[in-house]
Amino acid sequence: MNHNLFVIMAASAIFYGTPLFFAALGELFAERSGVLNLGVEGMMLIGGVTASWTSQHLSGTSWFVVLVSILVGAGSAGLVALLHAFLAVTLRVNQTVAGLAITIFAGGLGLSSYFASVWGVAARPATHPIRILNVGGFADAPIVGPILFHQTILTYFSWVLVVVSTIYLFRTRIGLQLRAVGESPQTADAMGINVVKYRYIHTVIGGLLAGIGGTYYSLTVIPTWVDGMTKGAGWIAIALVIFGFWRPDLTLVGAYLFGAFQSLSLILKARNVHINGDILNAMPFGMTIIILVVVSGGWAKRRLGAPASLGVPYEREER
Amino acid sequence: MKSPVRLERRLTQPKSLNWLVPVLSVVGALVIGAIVLMLTGKNPISTYHRILTTAFTSFDSLEGTLRSATPLAFTGLCAAITFRSGIINIGGEGQFFMGAVGASLAGIAMGGQPKTIIIIGMILTGMVFGGGYAAIAGGLKAKFNTNEIIITLMMNYIAGIILDYLIFDSNSYWRDPKSFGFPSGKPIVDAARWPIFHLGMDIPFGFVLAIGVGAVLWFMYSRTRFGFEMGVISDAPAAARYVGIRTRWKIVVVMGLAGAVAGIGGASDVGNFRHILDAKGLQLAGYGYTGIVVAALARYNPFGAIFVAVLIGGLTNAGYALQGPDFPSGLVGTLQGLILFTAVAGEVLTRYRIRRAGHEAMAVTA
Repeated sequence: MNHNLFVIMAASAIFYGTPLFFAALGELFAERSGVLNLGVEGMMLIGGVTASWTSQHLSGTSWFVVLVSILVGAGSAGLVALLHAFLAVTLRVNQTVAGLAITIFAGGLGLSSYFASVWGVAARPATHPIRILNVGGFADAPIVGPILFHQTILTYFSWVLVVVSTIYLFRTRIGLQLRAVGESPQTADAMGINVVKYRYIHTVIGGLLAGIGGTYYSLTVIPTWVDGMTKGAGWIAIALVIFGFWRPDLTLVGAYLFGAFQSLSLILKARNVHINGDILNAMPFGMTIIILVVVSGGWAKRRLGAPASLGVPYEREER
Repeated sequence: MKSPVRLERRLTQPKSLNWLVPVLSVVGALVIGAIVLMLTGKNPISTYHRILTTAFTSFDSLEGTLRSATPLAFTGLCAAITFRSGIINIGGEGQFFMGAVGASLAGIAMGGQPKTIIIIGMILTGMVFGGGYAAIAGGLKAKFNTNEIIITLMMNYIAGIILDYLIFDSNSYWRDPKSFGFPSGKPIVDAARWPIFHLGMDIPFGFVLAIGVGAVLWFMYSRTRFGFEMGVISDAPAAARYVGIRTRWKIVVVMGLAGAVAGIGGASDVGNFRHILDAKGLQLAGYGYTGIVVAALARYNPFGAIFVAVLIGGLTNAGYALQGPDFPSGLVGTLQGLILFTAVAGEVLTRYRIRRAGHEAMAVTA
């Protein structure tokens, strides 16, 4: 029963969707504060390569190495995000260009590849990959086993995160203030909210989460470093934030949907069903364009659209 | 939180900043790059020296540099036109791909025609494919006010998938039926190959064309009503609407124009260099994204873009030539990213004066 197409697809949608969700949730926080960060791909790759290096060089029990690797991956991507925050918030430069700079600087042809070559990361597999767990021994349970009980620790962590971040955004005072900063920094400032601080913190949180997403690629999906191994996942994550209407729960749904597209052509090929994989690969991008058109006008924009001050640098009125 | 410095808006922009900022940007990027090199145990002086000699110091090396600069000149101009008009088109990548698709179609199908006709045909189809592809994003922005940044980004990926489809996953007109093991593009006819001028060194026709396109764009932006109106739309969109400038239509036109320029770039890639639709090579090159580095460093000036394209092209060329055990891969991309950082950060100097916080009172009275 567990080899049924639906079960395999659902399980791999979650497996491939998880890193997309981490990166998208990070971008969601940054965008909710009004900072557009197009550097997700670069941050993911930096996270991935540093985590891979850590896993190769640290000795200790497996869970300890994995934990430290995830933290290193998150932290190094967080540092890159700090750079973006400095450019976008303090220097108030064009956020699009700054974000692209991050991706060119850190991405598959940039620093992540440089580190990989200088440190010799690509030469050997990660010694401590993040393993797929068998939670409570339920992995073989019919239907739900492979889907819910046969994932990595990061997937379970992401489920905690989706709840925590939804509460944070919509049920706490800080979350309310964060949304105010993204919608109207002038008003937030007048209310005594420190706009600069909120934007810095949430851009860096975005980096930490993108780093975890990158770590998932280099320690789980293919536990060996390959330059540019995220293959555009960072851009899909940016699309996902729009797809999920800037809400964590819908972003998770979108991540699994996009994860399903990524895995579907592989699954079908293994079963000798030949369908053109290119159409499946193009789906996330095409669907994002459609969603963007839908949320760009009138009612939908007000109810579901982007934070009003997304990408706009905040400058206090000069007297 | 009290910052030790404060930024004060400039009322006028000194002319000298036009060259000072880019120069300082490159120097700044090289200094930061040197720190990265030293931290990872490499000698920055010898690394930079090798890049310089590989890229610029002989006719041979300059030939390679011009080769790498040609696509970047087109994508740089593409980004410059739109950014200057206040539209953030980061779709140069996809528009370049589509231009290559169009031009290779012409280059294969027009066999038997005279060389000049074929080349003109390739340029025009490149422009139509690239421009048409960009106009989709422009049209969506004009009609639905969608964010062109995300749309053009998504369309870059879709364009890449179209390339994969045409070459790897279908028996399309572009695929070489004789390529069994590893699918590749069908070669264009011999007469469709663009000329290379021999003037002491080889200068590809595409590069000359880029200079021509740069000149046309410069004229358009500084000497015509269209360019003036675009400036108004960019600087004061509300004012533009009140005086009756058709802003929506102009967005589509500018996007189409930018895409057409990137499309000529794609045509030059097929006509001058690869002679096939190279699905893998185009996607690995990242010309569109590097074009944004070029445009930003050139401060969106058309002639500046050509000059900067040669500079960045030299870096790319050196990266290809030197790649090996003692020249880490990724260094070129790292430096390009750093240049883009310092270029956007340098932009701050053109808009603001940096003052020490203690001088606030003076600034108010000044």
